[in-house]
Formats: sequence, structure tokens, C-alpha cells
Amino acid sequence: MSVIIVLILFSILIAGGFLIAFLWAVKSGQMDDKYTPSVRILFDDEPNKSESKIELKDINKNVSK
Amino acid sequence: MVYQVLNDNNLCNYYTYENHPGSTQKNTISKNKYEFLDDSEISNQLLDFSDTKLSTVTFFIPDMHCASCIWLLENLSRLNPAVQNSRVNFLSKKLSITFLTQEITLRKIAELLATIGYEPLISLEDLEKKSESTSHRKLYYKIGIAGFSFGNIMLLSFPEYLAIDASSEVLKQTFAYVILLLSLPVFFYCSWDYFESAYKGIKQKFINIDVPLAIGILALFGRSVYEVLMGYGPGYMDSFAGLIFFLLLGKIFQQKTFDVLNFERNYKSYFPISVTLSKGKEERIIPLSKLKVGDRLFIKNGELIPADSILFNGNGNIDYSFVTGESVLVNKTPGEKLFAGGKQVGSKIEIEVLKDVSQSYLTQLWNNFSFDKKNDAGITSFANSISKYFTVVILFIAVSAFVYWLSIDVDIATTVFIAVLIVACPCALALSTPFTLGNSLRIFSKNKFYAKNINIIEKLAKLDTIVFDKTGTITVQSEAGIEFIGVDLTFSEQQMVSTLTSNSTHPLSRQISNHLNIKSDLILEDFIEIPSQGIKATFNGNTIKIGSKDFVNSVSVKTKSHSEFGKANASIVYLSINDEVKGYYKISNVYREGISEMISSLTDKYEMYLLSGDNDSEKENLQKIFNDKSKLLFSQSPYDKLEFIKKLKSSGKKVLMVGDGLNDAGALSESNVGISIAEDITSFTPASDAILEASEFYRFNKFIDFSKKSLRIIYLSFGISVFYHIIGLGAAVQGMLSPLFAAVLMPLSSITVVVFTTLSTGFLAKRIKLL
Repeated sequence: MSVIIVLILFSILIAGGFLIAFLWAVKSGQMDDKYTPSVRILFDDEPNKSESKIELKDINKNVSK
Repeated sequence: MVYQVLNDNNLCNYYTYENHPGSTQKNTISKNKYEFLDDSEISNQLLDFSDTKLSTVTFFIPDMHCASCIWLLENLSRLNPAVQNSRVNFLSKKLSITFLTQEITLRKIAELLATIGYEPLISLEDLEKKSESTSHRKLYYKIGIAGFSFGNIMLLSFPEYLAIDASSEVLKQTFAYVILLLSLPVFFYCSWDYFESAYKGIKQKFINIDVPLAIGILALFGRSVYEVLMGYGPGYMDSFAGLIFFLLLGKIFQQKTFDVLNFERNYKSYFPISVTLSKGKEERIIPLSKLKVGDRLFIKNGELIPADSILFNGNGNIDYSFVTGESVLVNKTPGEKLFAGGKQVGSKIEIEVLKDVSQSYLTQLWNNFSFDKKNDAGITSFANSISKYFTVVILFIAVSAFVYWLSIDVDIATTVFIAVLIVACPCALALSTPFTLGNSLRIFSKNKFYAKNINIIEKLAKLDTIVFDKTGTITVQSEAGIEFIGVDLTFSEQQMVSTLTSNSTHPLSRQISNHLNIKSDLILEDFIEIPSQGIKATFNGNTIKIGSKDFVNSVSVKTKSHSEFGKANASIVYLSINDEVKGYYKISNVYREGISEMISSLTDKYEMYLLSGDNDSEKENLQKIFNDKSKLLFSQSPYDKLEFIKKLKSSGKKVLMVGDGLNDAGALSESNVGISIAEDITSFTPASDAILEASEFYRFNKFIDFSKKSLRIIYLSFGISVFYHIIGLGAAVQGMLSPLFAAVLMPLSSITVVVFTTLSTGFLAKRIKLL
């Protein structure tokens, strides 16, 4: 029967872990603004122009060689 | 210009997110506008955090309005590499920026924001420390903990629910103790507010809804602890944790906050943060807090006079509409006294400060009035008013059941006594109010009517007197109807009129020039403006005069038309070209659309008053809208308005005040419910209980109607909860309240009430077309 006590303790421990995760999330401000993140996620990572310029330069170099 | 800045920095994606980004682009900002941010004292007060490397600042940006705004503001680091990171909170329109302390100053950041069209609004309030949103977070902590305990206790109570007889006594005991352990934080942390509120209520000899609630919680918890310690089982801990969890949910439901709106604004929000000090020939910008009596200041066009002072130099044209609500310019000559809150229109003036900012006339108004805490003895909420009787009845039932059982068995008598208290816990009643009114609050806010909290809605339903302000509330100043009556003007004549009026700062001139809206490059000569008379100038040899009848020297326009305009509630401006009177502009006040229907539908049910700061030129028109019973009062100063509301209240009336400007602020705060009308909700609103967007004002009667319906829903759900109470009490007085029965009955009654209130508010809102 003692196995069930161990089981119970474990389940509460795990649930407690989630509780702490929740409290930590509140503390770090995740519940303060519930709207902006929903917009933010829609922004694309745009192609980085400066990188492509470097590539172009490299190509030019190769050509000149 | 904005496009250029963006293009240079490769941020053109801005234009792909929304069709109309940057629609609120403001024109050029003056060069020195943010000079005060260089003052280390001010900047230190504004910074959230600062060390030698990094600093953080939070700005309020009212112009933020779309997804593109978020995107651009969060990419601020690409406009200026010294900005490390920027984060937007869209709902509260705040932008927090982390930047390199050495690389960029606060002023540069503010100017950068202003160049891309997002002028940060920095007010005096920001300097006094900001209140953190910790109370909001606290509720989330409590809900998290209560939910955790509730779930686990339920799980551990399953053997009890299913009547599984644990073969081992040790196991049963362990379960009970684990449950007890889980419930401790619920009792000592999550439910603490209820005890505190109940204690406060009793201390003030007032039984609020939290008193019976606290008794019920105490009985539930006490009884359960006793059962655990005695080894009988876990008792009613599941009901207890569940009850607290539901109550907290109700709390979060009613707590819809409008971050952008500020209901507590005082003069500090409107006053400038800095002033231009004149020292000899130098101009220096200093923070307002450093302003001393005797200082000389420059007040430029459109700037507010921060403190009572004497006009030292220049021609003062002061617009006191901020204080009095009347939009008539007052002319002042050097040596005359100026009051704080006036706005200079026209050329720069120099003033000498007579009184401290906090001692000035306008600010005194705020300090004197009952702004701190208003007493609302007039209206108590339904839940609180019923709880007195509720508590007495419950205690009576409990005691009589106790006495009855005492003759049979002392143990049973105690059990029954506790059981009655447990089952009588008015959780359903306590839930009905937050859920119903919380829902109404949401429905209202969808219709651009923003109430400070749910109590306002309940109060709104119980009013019997409505007081309206006139200017800005019932009438619109901006789109005053303008008509030209007389000889038709040629285009070149109109052009001249437009050019002439655009050179004057008088409100009527500006209205005419806005109305004509003709751009021209005519050069005017000999421009003369005679205050309260008119303006005059010459174009290519043609002399134009615009102004009062005497000024334009009209002989042909007889007094007949003059008496006409007295009835027509309009301002008349005459026009003459080369001393020949062409006619006159009739500038009439325009009532907001649908206002007369809205008001006349209210006149039957309410006592109505109108208070106006203006003269009574419009009395007849207004009397038509209001019925004969309503009283219209004119030429009311802010102080008169306040006193009027006070008098109504002392005669037992429950008063609703609807106003707009700072001149109504006293009356708004004195009334039972003060609603301020705003053209744009993020701008100028005086302290009030609710803010209504002007475009929805014509539906005002519907809002009142719906608040009454909401109250009826609360009554009905009270009936439902009483029904459950009778069942529960029936079981309790017979000594048959088992933990399982309580665990089913109590959540069931709560859930019924929640579902009923949510559905019925939605249904009713649809029926009166608010959803």
C-alpha cells in the first residue's frame, strides 16, 4: 500500500513544479500584457539585406579573380 | 520625411503591415520641446533603471494605434544603434526602451520618437513615482495557488466521493493530512482578503457581503481541520478550496482594467513639465517643480499658464476654456492678473509668477473639492445591502437548529450548527455580482463606454437625476455650422476672407478660415486686430473688415437681423469689403447627432438639469429638447456647478453628471456617478467614474437601460442561489449534510449562477443591440 503514498507524493511534487512555473511566469510579467505578443509573433524575419550585400561582394571578388 | 528616415534604415516593411500606418503624423515639433530632458533631476525621475552602462525608460505614446506601430517601435534599435532594446505594451500604449547610457541621452530618444511620429507624452504625473501593477499579479498568484490546491484536494478526495472504503487506516490518515497541508495556503493566503474586508466592515458597523462569506469560510475550514485532526477524514476541504477558487475567478472577471484610460487624472496630467524661464535676455528651460514665486516666464502660443501670475510684457489673449468651459478669448494688458490654466493664444508673452503652482486658483480647486474620497452613502450595492438580512436570517436558523438538537444530542447540535453556517455561505450571491457586472462592463467597453469598475454600473441603474453640461457635451464646438448670409461672394473675395481670418487667433476667425479652407498666397497689408471688435486688412487696395456690426460700420444691415440671431443661438460676424457690407457669417452651435431623441427619451423617467458656463442665448432651443419640467441654468462657474450637485445630493437625489472639460471636474467628482464625454478617449478627460466616447453619446439612454437590466439579472440569480440554499439548509438542519453532498451542492450552485448570468447578459445585450 505504501506505493500509493509514494505515488501521491510524486504527483503533488510534479503539480507543484507546474505551480512554481506558473508563479514564475506571472512574476516575470507574462500576465501583464496579453495582447502585444499576439501581434508580435506575426512579424516576419525579413531577409537581411546587409548579409546579401556581403555575398554580392564575395561574388564580385571571385569574378575579378 | 518619416519615409526617408525609415528607408535609410531599411525599415520599409513598416508600410507592408497595415494600409494606413502613420496616419496620425504630427507636424514639426519645436526644437526645444524636449530640452527639459537634459535636466538630470527630471531624467533621473523618469528612468526606471540606470547605471553607467545601461538605462531603461518607459514612455507613454498616445499615437500608437496599429500593428505597424508595434513593429516600428520595436525596431527602434535599427534607427539608432545606441538603443539596445525596445518593447511595446500595446494596450497601455507604453514603450520601454533600454539604451546605452553613454551613447544617447533621454532627450535624443524622445526626439527620435517624435521624428518618426510617436511623440512621447511626458506629464508631471510621470515624475511622481509610478504605481506598479503588483495588485494585479497578486490575484494571479492567488488563483494559481488556489487552483493547484483545489485540483489536488479533489484528486485526493476521490476515494471519499466513490465511497471506496480504504482498507488501511494509515492510508486514510495520510490522505487527510496531505489535504490539510494543501488547504493551509488557501486559507492563509488566498482567502485572506475576505477576512480583511469582513473585519473592516464590522469595524465600521456595516455588514457587507464578505461578512457572511467569512463566517462560511471559517466554519468550513474550522470544521474540516477538526475532522482531520480527530481522524474522521478530510471533511469539507474540497468544497472549501473550490469555493475560494471560484470566488477568486469572479474577482479576476470583474477586474477588467482599461490601462490606457486614466480615471483619476488631476491638473498634473495637463500641466507642462517644464517652463521657459526668462533671465535677462536668456531663455532657459526649467522643470515646473523648480518654479519659484517671482520668476519670469515666457508663454508661447498655445502654452498653458502654470501658475497665477501677472502679465509683464506682451499682449495677452487668454483662452480660459480649460477652467471655465467658455471658449471666448480674454484680452489682457500688461499689469493684469492671469490665472493658472489659461492658454495663451497669439504672440509670446512674458509673465511674472505670483503664486506657487499648488497654490494657484485652478489647483486650489482640486485641493479644496472632495476629490480625495467621495462618500457614497446614497447608493449601496445590492449584495451588500442584502447581506445584512442574510446574515441575521442564517444566524437565526443556525441558533434555532442548535437549540432544537440540544435537547437530543450535544454533538449533533454542534454539527448541525456548523453545517448551517457552511451551507449558507453566500458564494453564489457573491459570484452573481462580479460575473453579471463584469460582463456588462465588457459589453459597455465594446460600445466605447468605459466604466471605472463594476460598482459604477450598479450605481448607474439606481440614479434618479441627470445633470448635463452644455458646451462640449451636448453641443460640439469643432464642427459648428457656419453659414454665410448676404450677397454671394466671388472666389477672390472668399480667398481674401480666408487669408484674413487665418491670420487671427480668435476662435470665430479660426472657424471661418477652417470652413472656407482656401489656400492662397495673397499678401495682406495693414493687418489690424482690435480685440472684441474685429479684424481689418488690405489686399491689393481692397479693404476688408470682419467683425462686430459696429466695427464693420454696417448701416444697411438693420437691427432686425440682430434680434433674429438672438433667437437663433448663433454668433454673427459681419463682413464688409471696401466699406460695403456683404453680409454676415452665422456661426451656430451644433448639437450632437441624435442627442434630442436620447434626451427626450430620458425626460419621463429622470429629473433633468442642464448646467452651462455660457450665457442663455440658446435657452429656447434647449428647452425644446428638454421638456418643461427640466431646469436649465446658465452662466454657471465651475464652483456653481459643484455646489449645485451638492445641493441636489443633500436633498436626497442620486445624481448623474455628464460633462467634458476640466470646468466640470468638481461636479463630476461630487456627483454619485460622473461621466466624462471625450472625442478621443486617450486625450483630455477630467477625473470621472466613466468615460464615454462622444460618438456613442446618442446611445446613452441604452447604456442606462442595460445597467438596469443587469441589476435585474443579479436579483434573479439571487433567487437561484436562495433556492439552492433552501435545499442545503433543509439537509443541514436535519443533520444530514455529508461532505459529499456539500461538495456537489456548493460548486453546482456557483456554476449555475455563473452560467445564468453570463448567458442572460449576452442575450439581453443582443436584444437592445449593444452586441
